[in-house]
Amino acid sequence: MTLSSQTKNLLKAHEEVDAKIEPNAGWRDLPIGAVIPQGGTATQFATGDWRTIRPVWSKEKCINCHRCWLYCPDMSWISEDGRIQGVDLTYCKGCGICANVCPTKVHAIEMHPEDDFKEDEAAKEGGK
Amino acid sequence: MAIAIATQKTAALTGNEAAAQALRQINPDVVAAYPITPQTEIVQLFSTFVSDGLVKTEFVAVESEHSAMSATVGAAAAGARAMTATSSQGLALMWEMLYVAAGMRIPIVMPMVNRALSSPINIHCDHSDSMGARDSGWLQIYSENAQEMYDNLIQAVRIAEHPDVLLPVMVTMDGFIISHGMENVELLPDQAVQDFVGEYNFPYPLLDVEHPRTLGPLTLQDFYFEHKREQAEAVYRAKEVILAAAEEYAAISGRRYGFFEAYRMDDAEYAVVVLGSTAGTAKYVVDGLRQAGEKCGLVKVRVFRPFPGPELCEALSGLKAVGIMDRADTFSTQGGPLFLEVKAALYHAAGQPQCMNFVYGLGGRDIDPELIRQAFVEVKDLMKKPADGVLPIVRYLGVRE
Ligand code: SF4
Ligand code: SF4
Repeated sequence: MTLSSQTKNLLKAHEEVDAKIEPNAGWRDLPIGAVIPQGGTATQFATGDWRTIRPVWSKEKCINCHRCWLYCPDMSWISEDGRIQGVDLTYCKGCGICANVCPTKVHAIEMHPEDDFKEDEAAKEGGK
Repeated sequence: MAIAIATQKTAALTGNEAAAQALRQINPDVVAAYPITPQTEIVQLFSTFVSDGLVKTEFVAVESEHSAMSATVGAAAAGARAMTATSSQGLALMWEMLYVAAGMRIPIVMPMVNRALSSPINIHCDHSDSMGARDSGWLQIYSENAQEMYDNLIQAVRIAEHPDVLLPVMVTMDGFIISHGMENVELLPDQAVQDFVGEYNFPYPLLDVEHPRTLGPLTLQDFYFEHKREQAEAVYRAKEVILAAAEEYAAISGRRYGFFEAYRMDDAEYAVVVLGSTAGTAKYVVDGLRQAGEKCGLVKVRVFRPFPGPELCEALSGLKAVGIMDRADTFSTQGGPLFLEVKAALYHAAGQPQCMNFVYGLGGRDIDPELIRQAFVEVKDLMKKPADGVLPIVRYLGVRE
């Protein structure tokens, strides 16, 4: 079968498992159909950057029932040896499901507007 | 090695039966389908081939056409040769997934039996269903009769799966007129079809566990445009692949296909352009008019996507007038979809012929030789009229006033 040079070029991008897609690549150099020649690429997409409210966890109140861990659509809750360690905000979209499923009497998670943390983060940036 | 034309078996088949035979001979890995008139028979017959062990296909009985297309996309992305079939409302329900299949560059081949869209509800032929999907990124091949449906389906596999293309293809025939009308069909030997379609080799199958991949990812302002640009280019590349597949198919079948068929066009002064089964009747009309000394011809468009604009422009540019017949309307006050495309193609023609549009046959309204003859008379009259732009260019043919 004879292939056009354009197709050969595109198929090359599929062969390389570690092929890097340059951020400024033109349309002739991208894999066909937007295929990424790697698995598990969702980890590279920090979905937390559109969060407007953030879960704030109280270690003292937490009874380690793991409902937050189970229900979080982004696996943001970190558990070690059967104990919740906290929340990794990289992927947390701020849906509030964790705060909702945390037992009412326990109330270990509260959702706070991102604005409340703006100053903290600005201070952190300034300190760099 | 010279390829000999295979000894073919002649069988009396309906269009649906011919399509089912093509599917049996292609022997896809997966078929996921849902019944809808007038397509139902294709997958119904095919499912008996599955239960009789005549094919190795995994048949998935899904609960809707949205699911049928979703399952077909999934199976094809996994690395299977996957097919489905539909009509009318079924195609409409697949809408979302049609674009997904094209954008993911999934080479699905789908028989599509043309039927009018609701409302009012109607089960008979017009082209509103496939015409609605004309900008979905699918390639579209229209068939005049059962033989062409059979031939086009087999060629479509090669076109869709060619690495220069990797696009889904819908192959259409007119509902009931062709799908349920019986005619003689020449069938290739099973082995000849198998050899022709070859082995399916999807370049990035999900089931290739040695090479994990992400299919259908999110791309935003940064990459979406580039991917769409390459998708557009694949449609350009498809033109060469379509002609090459036709050439190879002619070598095994003796039946020759192009983007369109020019019938008695050599010294024609005026012509009519059609899609699908109407071409058969129109050829009969042209023969009669030619006998009466009329210099007229017919162009039957086979490949609508990619649209053979420059080629049609060349074929029509010597004419004085052209009538374009549409079995669908765009409801835009600008005429039917074939008219719009042909007229746009003729913009660059040397000595532009006058153009007019006939919207006809909606909801299965019969198109007989007398109506087509009337269209030819009107096109001939158009030759004498000045190009003043005030002509009623869109006519509804065969509607009761
Ligand atoms: S807000 Fe939603 S995404 Fe974030 S940790 Fe809670 S459940 Fe997970
Ligand atoms: S749901 Fe509440 S109490 Fe249960 S583990 Fe999570 S934070 Fe602790």
